[in-house]
Amino acid sequence: MNPPPETPDNDSSTGLPWPRTWRGVYLFVFGCFVLVVIALTLFARYFA
Amino acid sequence: MNVLDWIVLLGTMVGIAAYGAWHTRHTDHLDTYLKGNKTTGWFTIGLSVLATQASAITFLSIPGQGFESGVGFVQNYFGLPLALIIVCAVFLPIYRKLGVYTSYEFLGKRFDGKTRLLGAGLFLVQRGLAAGVTIYAPAIILCTVLGWRLDLTIIGTGLLVIVYTVTGGSAAVSLTQKWQVGVIFAGMVTAFVVLVSKFPADLGLGGAAHLAGALGKLEAVDWSLDPAKRYTVWSGVFGGLFLSLSYFGTDQSQVQRYIGGASLRESRLGLVFNALVKIPMQFFILLLGALVFVFYQFQPAPVFHNRVEWQRHAQGAHGETFRALEEKHAGLHQAKQARIAEWQAARAGGDPAAVAAARTALVVADAATNAVRAEAKRALLAADPHAPVKDSDYVFISFIVAQLPHGVVGLLVAVMIAAALGSKAGELNALGTTSTIDFWRHFRPLAAHDERRNVRVAKWFTAFWGVFAIGFALFAGFAENLIEAINILGSIFYGVVLGLFLVAFFLKKVGGTAVFWGAVAAQTLIFALFFLRQRYPVLDFSYLWYNLIGCAACMLFSLILQALLPANHANSRQ
Repeated sequence: MNPPPETPDNDSSTGLPWPRTWRGVYLFVFGCFVLVVIALTLFARYFA
Repeated sequence: MNVLDWIVLLGTMVGIAAYGAWHTRHTDHLDTYLKGNKTTGWFTIGLSVLATQASAITFLSIPGQGFESGVGFVQNYFGLPLALIIVCAVFLPIYRKLGVYTSYEFLGKRFDGKTRLLGAGLFLVQRGLAAGVTIYAPAIILCTVLGWRLDLTIIGTGLLVIVYTVTGGSAAVSLTQKWQVGVIFAGMVTAFVVLVSKFPADLGLGGAAHLAGALGKLEAVDWSLDPAKRYTVWSGVFGGLFLSLSYFGTDQSQVQRYIGGASLRESRLGLVFNALVKIPMQFFILLLGALVFVFYQFQPAPVFHNRVEWQRHAQGAHGETFRALEEKHAGLHQAKQARIAEWQAARAGGDPAAVAAARTALVVADAATNAVRAEAKRALLAADPHAPVKDSDYVFISFIVAQLPHGVVGLLVAVMIAAALGSKAGELNALGTTSTIDFWRHFRPLAAHDERRNVRVAKWFTAFWGVFAIGFALFAGFAENLIEAINILGSIFYGVVLGLFLVAFFLKKVGGTAVFWGAVAAQTLIFALFFLRQRYPVLDFSYLWYNLIGCAACMLFSLILQALLPANHANSRQ
């Protein structure tokens, strides 16, 4: 028998001081990704 | 390896396995056995996801990749953070809301039984074969360099992972993976520190990075739109997105790592952790390889890094050819060292024109040594058409054994074994779970009420897949090409499996019959593209694109079939 399905918990709140919403967390991850790509581009140019 | 190395190696590996098995020995509820403890937090989930993906080959091959081709391979991971955002936002909440054990169970709930069995069957074929390679691939490299017996290494590591995975199930896997990642991080950071300390005093880390950059090893990002180029930002973002989405969102070996846990929040944060650390971690490992390349610019460097294979031929009938190649390489290597000294002097002088001229001469000298290395590989193939000529996998482990102090050698070999055990445990756990839930319990629904019996069955299936993997790894020694074939197998199936899930999530009007036959048609298309690529060069593109094409074809065919099928077939549900 499968376990009982999870009742929807507070989906919009992350419980973090910041970001407080999951949308904010995803934007933060995306922003970090963009920053990493920029940093790697600058790194490659600096040491080229 | 000396006694100290063995103490470090066995102490960490056996200690972690015993700790995991002992702590989880009383697991007798199916839910805990398959999903782990309900208290598991985001950090453990995050490390478990990381350990399942990072196999021993990650730590053997990727530094070699950095050594050989530079750090550009990091672009392959550019799609990963984006894929994990989608998994967190779409896949994970649905899996948890439905309370499923496997991702394929979700397909059964959304479509029908045959679509569930198709997804689970594709997973068992692909992952079951790959599980053997997870043991074999690092074992063959470690055994060649360290002189261990291959069969005993495969059986020893295989049995160790079976013991704790069968005993404690998912909880044991997550617990041991946490400590194994600790060993891996400690080992890699130690290797980096020791490596940097071995650079010439006047070079330093900055000078080493400039030298690596001058020789083209630090071209991390390539914005080219040329499809013939293997690693670019675009192939990494788009091809990598679909590959990562399929792997993290649908492959049970990953889904099982985050589907349990204390709450949706903990699972999400575990995945977010991976989205943030994965690219920097892979870059660090590649950079380590590029710095090993710099290290060998100031040392006598072998012409071929798989020394055992090289010596075997150098002492054979064609020995003279091999010794001549060694001498030629040594001479050119010395000439390159002189060019490096001139380049360093030019940089110290600060004249840009002199630096550019010295750099050009250095690049020419590097190309000359590379040409001899290519010549050496051709000589190996001429002596033995079946000789393994890819020596980049041996670069890092040969450096470890030859250059690092005792104790650290044991720690670094423990890194390789820990990575092998961690990814292997995740695979066995997932194979056992899928066999139990999607096949055994699916065909024997009455047995679903007997918890203890279900746990026993799950343990037997896990043990079966462990023994199967050992047997396959022992057999793989007779078929070297099998490893590449199985790596390709993953790309061939992943796109279509992802297509099944994307139809399930986003194309609400498509029913089971349409998606089943749409998936079969898409898989046939991918097989056709794969087998026709040698006949038609236009089809000979990177395997990464199979993920995108398979996924898109599955979704398109499903939509077309849904429109064509009669209403009673189109809306089929289990």
